[in-house]
Amino acid sequence: MPRVLQVLDNAITLDSGDVLEGVELVGAAPATAVVNAGVNPVLSFRDLARDQLPRLLSLAQRLAGGDAEDVVQDCLLKAYRRFDQLHDAAAAPAWLTSILVNCCRDRGRTRARQPVEIDFDQVERFSLYRKIAYEDPFPYSDSLHLDFLAEFSREDVRAVLMRLPEIYRIPLVVVYMDGYLARELAEMLQVPLGTVLARLHRGRKLFETQMWEYAEQNGLLKEGAR
Amino acid sequence: MISCTQAVNQLWEYLDGTVDDAERALIDEHLGRCRRCCGELEFARELRRTLTDAAHDDLPDHVLQRLYRTLEELEP
Repeated sequence: MPRVLQVLDNAITLDSGDVLEGVELVGAAPATAVVNAGVNPVLSFRDLARDQLPRLLSLAQRLAGGDAEDVVQDCLLKAYRRFDQLHDAAAAPAWLTSILVNCCRDRGRTRARQPVEIDFDQVERFSLYRKIAYEDPFPYSDSLHLDFLAEFSREDVRAVLMRLPEIYRIPLVVVYMDGYLARELAEMLQVPLGTVLARLHRGRKLFETQMWEYAEQNGLLKEGAR
Repeated sequence: MISCTQAVNQLWEYLDGTVDDAERALIDEHLGRCRRCCGELEFARELRRTLTDAAHDDLPDHVLQRLYRTLEELEP
């Protein structure tokens, strides 16, 4: 059975080399849609998405924790339906990231949990540095603050992130872990840059407060806890 | 001149390079005379590194395989 290589206006190019002209396309799903890719003349959605899957799952694990697989499934379906909007294969990683991030945001919205009430005046006044110095959890330490951080495994840090509401977690993960610029995240979420910068600021402060609470609740403030 | 609270509240932005020149000058001036805030700055740098380093995680192979299968089903 011949595969569609390219859909352009009302003409379809098949891999057999045949061109079917005057075709009326029905439905949105471009089953074997292709995109111009510079060096490679055409790439299918499957080729592009397969390369990106490990990265998308990794990002989803940090954004959505136990819901990561569902979020990536959502992302693949949405990306597949919108594949005709992607015109440059080089833009595929950022395009897929954008869809994934929005899937996470939408999932957080529709979860319809009680909105978390946060006293941002208190959060704004909190300094993890001063808290550690004041509480002095490791009295014999010469490097108290570094010793505090050394108690956290990567899993612990990700668990702390999962305590934050999505709107603050997303900027921390996408900007600090995945290296996107705040401006790029603003474009992905279609919000003003100032909104992303404000969420980053609050997210960082919340992250500090949650690092301390997590350490208290998980026994990380005892000498030799690890 | 700015207070310690004002300086500390902008340290991540300072590290990110997202403060403007005037704000940077005020923070630099404060750091030049406040040893505690220099400690805060170093700690903010380490905390940011801790966050960045936590990006590397293990991917469960069975989940990845299921997602590859989803992709096959989308585009047979």
